[in-house]
Amino acid sequence: MDLSYGPQYDTYRQELRDFIERHRDQAPRNAPLKSDPAKSWQKLLIEHGYTARTIPKEYGGHGGEPDLLKAQIIGEEFARAQVPGGLGGQGISMLVPTLLELGSEEQKRQFIPPTLAGEMVWCQGYSEPNAGSDLASLRTSAALDGDEWVINGSKIWTSTAHLADWIFCLVRTEPDAPKHQGISFLLFRMDTPGIEIRPLVDMTLAPNFNEVFFTDVRVPKEQIVGKRGEGWFVANAILGHERDSLGDPNATLSRMTRLIELMKEETIGNERIIDNPVYRDRLMKIQARVMSLRFNDLRVLSSRLNNTDARLPRMISKLQGTELRHELEGLAIDAMGETGLMYGASEFLRDGGSWQNQYMYFLGLIIGGGTSQIQKNIISERGLGMPREPKFDQSTTKTN
Amino acid sequence: MDFGLSELQLSMQENVNRFLDEEASLDRVREFAASDHSLAEDIWTGLVNLGVVGVLVPEQYGGLGLSAMDAAVIGECLGNHVTPVPYLSTCVVAPRAIALAGSDAQKDEYLPKIADGSKTIGLALSEACAARGKNGASVRDGKLTGTVSFVSDPHADYWLLADRDRNLHVIAQGAQHLEVKVMPQVDRTRPLCELTLSDTPCDSLTNDGANVLERVLDVAWTTLAFDTLGAAQSMLDQAVEYAMNREQFNRVIASFQAVKHMCAEMAAEIEPSRSLLWYAGYALDEASDDAHLHACHAKAHMAEVGTFVARTATVVHGGMGFTDLLGLHYWFKRIGFNRQYLGGPEWLREQAAIAQNLAA
Ligand SMILES: Cc1cc2nc3c(=O)[nH]c(=O)nc-3n(C[C@H](O)[C@H](O)[C@H](O)COP(=O)(O)OP(=O)(O)OC[C@H]3O[C@@H](n4cnc5c(N)ncnc54)[C@H](O)[C@@H]3O)c2cc1C
Ligand SMILES: Cc1cc2nc3c(=O)[nH]c(=O)nc-3n(C[C@H](O)[C@H](O)[C@H](O)COP(=O)(O)OP(=O)(O)OC[C@H]3O[C@@H](n4cnc5c(N)ncnc54)[C@H](O)[C@@H]3O)c2cc1C
Repeated sequence: MDLSYGPQYDTYRQELRDFIERHRDQAPRNAPLKSDPAKSWQKLLIEHGYTARTIPKEYGGHGGEPDLLKAQIIGEEFARAQVPGGLGGQGISMLVPTLLELGSEEQKRQFIPPTLAGEMVWCQGYSEPNAGSDLASLRTSAALDGDEWVINGSKIWTSTAHLADWIFCLVRTEPDAPKHQGISFLLFRMDTPGIEIRPLVDMTLAPNFNEVFFTDVRVPKEQIVGKRGEGWFVANAILGHERDSLGDPNATLSRMTRLIELMKEETIGNERIIDNPVYRDRLMKIQARVMSLRFNDLRVLSSRLNNTDARLPRMISKLQGTELRHELEGLAIDAMGETGLMYGASEFLRDGGSWQNQYMYFLGLIIGGGTSQIQKNIISERGLGMPREPKFDQSTTKTN
Repeated sequence: MDFGLSELQLSMQENVNRFLDEEASLDRVREFAASDHSLAEDIWTGLVNLGVVGVLVPEQYGGLGLSAMDAAVIGECLGNHVTPVPYLSTCVVAPRAIALAGSDAQKDEYLPKIADGSKTIGLALSEACAARGKNGASVRDGKLTGTVSFVSDPHADYWLLADRDRNLHVIAQGAQHLEVKVMPQVDRTRPLCELTLSDTPCDSLTNDGANVLERVLDVAWTTLAFDTLGAAQSMLDQAVEYAMNREQFNRVIASFQAVKHMCAEMAAEIEPSRSLLWYAGYALDEASDDAHLHACHAKAHMAEVGTFVARTATVVHGGMGFTDLLGLHYWFKRIGFNRQYLGGPEWLREQAAIAQNLAA
């Protein structure tokens, strides 16, 4: 066992730390999408290879060689410093990797550079009212009419649809094919006529996601990634990446550090919360779990570097990461007690109300990206070799 | 960067597991449980032949001189097979303590006998961590007086004892003024006893006992956590295997989502724990500043996960899980023993808090 990354990586880490310290003031805090601070921070990070590091220069990336350890160090250091890394969002985290893997040359040139630069914002149109966990049963249809797809149907839970320029969208193009083989992956502009967006307020009271309705939306035929009927395969090429990124242990670790401080600041009676053995025990329990997931992450990294098997440790990370984070944020609220009820414009907020916000937000992430129950199905079936869920059975659907 | 078991560790595990599969079956464990608990010579000799018994004894004394992590991954195999041998005491804690705190003469005296498996050494350390009751032993004129409980291995040739001042001593079986009383307990793979001493002669380890004790306990906790890890993994494997073969309602019960999710939850708890334990073992060998913190967390967290797995895996087996016939309870009890022995999770989490200056 050897946990050192090697001297050249120690240097790399130190350079990155210096960089973050030097530029900390420029880092955007809650900057709106496409705003100048957000875009110029992104540009600076790409230049230095701290985001979009391995994406070729011709597509607007940094053009660096793949290097898992550098990627790991970048994740660790931005989380540690509590400074935002590069832009996220579904365009950058999901669409760009998909295009790199399966897009045409033209699509890569057209879409990747503006997306990386933060000028082109995307939303992910997968879920529908009747296709959530069972995504492959989606019904939004696209029929070819001359040189155009004509799209009808609706999507739901579409994060940032109201801010997005484009959507990557799963639609049914082969209504007679088996359900996984009838889906295609289309890209189109959100200002195309026939699209209506209705905001859905989530429990944090932020209008983060939306319902999106399509009525005879016409989209050029070539705006498809992969072939007709291969959309399920295209979408799945990167679903694993999304899962890996939810409940990131580095971010949880830095929340843990802050939670310890918070528990030294908050009091109950005349006692600091940290001095109360009940709260302290809860903290220690959670700390052991945070450590476990952090080392689990290192184990997955090591297995990638050394080509060893880490299927199970990887499979459990979304389930455990999101549930633990929700629990950690919840302990902070209990540590604050009634102060933890404060919200919005309250002058009594601690840390800008981030605990309340994240507590709720991570409940959303326990659901989004494949619910905890779906993760457990995956772990038992693919990890432990237990039988697949039984197929559709008439007797279990609701009777109208 | 390589965070995983080494080739050597994997091959040691393979050898030990193969031996235990063949020679230390559940039937053999049952035999031991029903016996007077004297050393299981056949299993012990096999482990001696594999070289495992001398894993932590320095090479110059005839051992393998390997690391705490190497010793811990062997312990994982023993937990996996609920093997009734004095491994933690004789092969892990005693050689570490004697190598660190013993004089040259004491090392010459004990270490070769540990390495060749000719002598066993039990542990009388329970009063030094999370002590229950008012027991304890004190030194007077170089002799020990007092009562110490939850001492491992009633048939050991020696015991390693921590006195009230946290200094370490070796006491010989059959020493003058020494009474040994068996303490019947739930887990019959690890017998316990009480020692009553009144001016009992002992061989005191001279070099800074208290400080050594802290370091030795870190190794003990980590090794116990690995024992639980092995036992928990076995329970999960047995549960999945049972569920794949047991039919109810015209289906294998492994096809019921409730059963699948129980198994998934066990796996989801075990895997990150394994990662934590690997780091705890690594930190011990690197003697890093956070070794003590991680040893505390490893034992406490693995105790919680072990308890969850022990209960859940039993439930997956239905009524059979509850029987002596199936014998799953040997793993259940092994995990229960490891949870309490040398400090339970609440106490260890408090030690973890103290290690970070979060508690006094
Ligand atoms: C914050 C947030 C952001 C999101 N953003 C987007 C987005 O941008 N784009 C997008 O397309 N989607 C998005 N989603 C949707 C998300 O992917 C779905 O909510 C998720 O897949 C679950 O689907 P559902 O909501 O229809 O719940 P359902 O599938 O109806 O699930 C309801 C309950 O039934 C359980 N269940 C369902 N099937 C099974 C099964 N086979 N076995 C056991 N239990 C089962 C679930 O675990 C859950 O507890 C977002 C969701 C959230 C919460
Ligand atoms: C202490 C004790 C005393 C008992 N006393 C008596 C007695 O006096 N008389 C008597 O007749 N019986 C008695 N029983 C038997 C008891 O009723 C059965 O053990 C119980 O009904 C479970 O059946 P099983 O053991 O065959 O387990 P199984 O039915 O094989 O169940 C194994 C596992 O599969 C799960 N499972 C099974 N079917 C499903 C399903 N459809 N959905 C989800 N999960 C499922 C179970 O929950 C369990 O976790 C006793 C059992 C115990 C433990």
